[in-house]
Amino acid sequence: MSISLDEVKHTAQLARLELDEAELKAFQLELNALLGHFEDIQAIDTTGLVPKPHAVELTNVWSEDQVEQGLSREEALEGAFKTRAGLFIVPTVIEESH
Amino acid sequence: MITGLTAAELAAKLKSKEVSAVEAAEAHLDRIDEVDADYGAFLTTCRDQALADAEAAQKLLDAGEDKPLTGVPFALKDNICTEGIETTCASKILEGWKPPYNASVVENLKSQGMVLLGKTNLDEFAMGASTETSAYKTTRCPWDPDCSPGGSSGGSAVAASAEMAPIAYGSDTGGSVRQPAALCGVVGFKPTYGRISRYGLVAFSSSLDQIGPLTRSVEDTALAFQAAAGHCRLDSTSLPDAAYNPGDLKSGSLKGLKVAVPQELMGDDISEGVRESVEIALDRLKREGAIITSVSLPSLPLGVTTYYIIAPAEASSNLGRFDGIRFGPRIEKGDHNESTAATRGQLFGHEVKLRIMVGTYALSAGYYDAYYKRAQQVRGLMADEMSKVMREHDVVISPTSPVASFRLGEFAKDQMALKTLDLCTIPANMGGFPSISLPCGNAGDMPVGMLLTGPIMGDERLLSTAYAAEQAMGFSGRRPPIL
Repeated sequence: MSISLDEVKHTAQLARLELDEAELKAFQLELNALLGHFEDIQAIDTTGLVPKPHAVELTNVWSEDQVEQGLSREEALEGAFKTRAGLFIVPTVIEESH
Repeated sequence: MITGLTAAELAAKLKSKEVSAVEAAEAHLDRIDEVDADYGAFLTTCRDQALADAEAAQKLLDAGEDKPLTGVPFALKDNICTEGIETTCASKILEGWKPPYNASVVENLKSQGMVLLGKTNLDEFAMGASTETSAYKTTRCPWDPDCSPGGSSGGSAVAASAEMAPIAYGSDTGGSVRQPAALCGVVGFKPTYGRISRYGLVAFSSSLDQIGPLTRSVEDTALAFQAAAGHCRLDSTSLPDAAYNPGDLKSGSLKGLKVAVPQELMGDDISEGVRESVEIALDRLKREGAIITSVSLPSLPLGVTTYYIIAPAEASSNLGRFDGIRFGPRIEKGDHNESTAATRGQLFGHEVKLRIMVGTYALSAGYYDAYYKRAQQVRGLMADEMSKVMREHDVVISPTSPVASFRLGEFAKDQMALKTLDLCTIPANMGGFPSISLPCGNAGDMPVGMLLTGPIMGDERLLSTAYAAEQAMGFSGRRPPIL
């Protein structure tokens, strides 16, 4: 399996990574090298093998439903790039229509 | 010299009042000031806070505090959150960020009066095996400053090896505690997944990440583990019985110990010097009464592929939180999506972006079954093969790293070769097994590490086996000749 430049661009869009042309080409080469290495698991018969998503399985991890003191609003906001009136300020998400 | 003492020796002197906690902190801070320009182990030191913490620790000692490591200084990998102290993950995307809370492991260590000296360098977001992907500085191996200390916890390995801290904590996702420990000639331990809380460890691959200590002896490793471990309700993967069970560390025996050596980890992938050194060490264990058996675990060679699908897949999701909104800098450009993409594109380094790309691709429509699902199936197979061998043997032993050392920049043009260095360490992360690297000899002038892996929750037994092996081999605590 090999990855085209268009697929690299599409993947970068999905991952919200702005990459210039040189980087896109570099990633195409590196991704293809990795995908080449990944051939080894394509070759094995996985019939009947159960996927293992966790290192150690735990089930039903509950905690008491009680009110606790979390971070204050000031603490939660103090690492943010831009805030106003106790809120995170983000760039425009939805444009007003004209 | 205070800085030459192990944590156990220093703790004894603190309790007997031969050394004060402030003297201990100052000695290590002075040593960092004196030698770290040569090694680049630390990204941040916190002298004022450390001295204040040491004074508080001394009060505990004066009041007869009997916790094992009160007043003992430690270093912490810079991907573990520290309240009010910059935590960067060695990335530009977190430059200047000061967490509003401590990781649970930090709370545990501070609650017994241990003293934080500073934050250590790492591969950016712990993605690498050489500490070279750090956005801030190069870290050098004390055994040969032209060589890499390994990674990703390279800064912590060097802090322990060059006697800048008796204990340094790192994180291990595919070998990031154990491999640098091997390359720097110290002990590195990845406990059973879930024994040290991950709350406040900046997530890379949540199902594989585990915090662990790097020290200059197995005894110190047990003490450092004891201080850090414990159930944490803020981490839903924390094990109920996570707390360390202090048994008799020194009661372990090699007599009759059943050792399995996977032939897949002693083949051509392992350099000659490392293989010879591990074989000599195995012979030593055999002379002490261990029963060494070569076994076959056919799935182990698939570990590197499995890891480089699962870890990036989880990372591509975990690193989604870095969008320039809640923490860290932002590159402002156009609308929200453009701003996010510019921030991530410009402030993540190349290796981090590569892994996000790999993970995004492996999880995207049409490829999920071929890559991610298949990798999870192989992960299950590998854990089953390991568990089966561990039912018939007490411990699995292999080299820690296929090579004893490599020069800084050596893998600049062959990143895939660097990635294959995780071959021996990956299986423990896949199955969540406890695993420890011990100095076992030399290849040329450079130290070699031997990896011992045991069953889930077999940490205490593994440590006592490691202690016995350490006594038989006698390579722990050797100082790099440059010191």
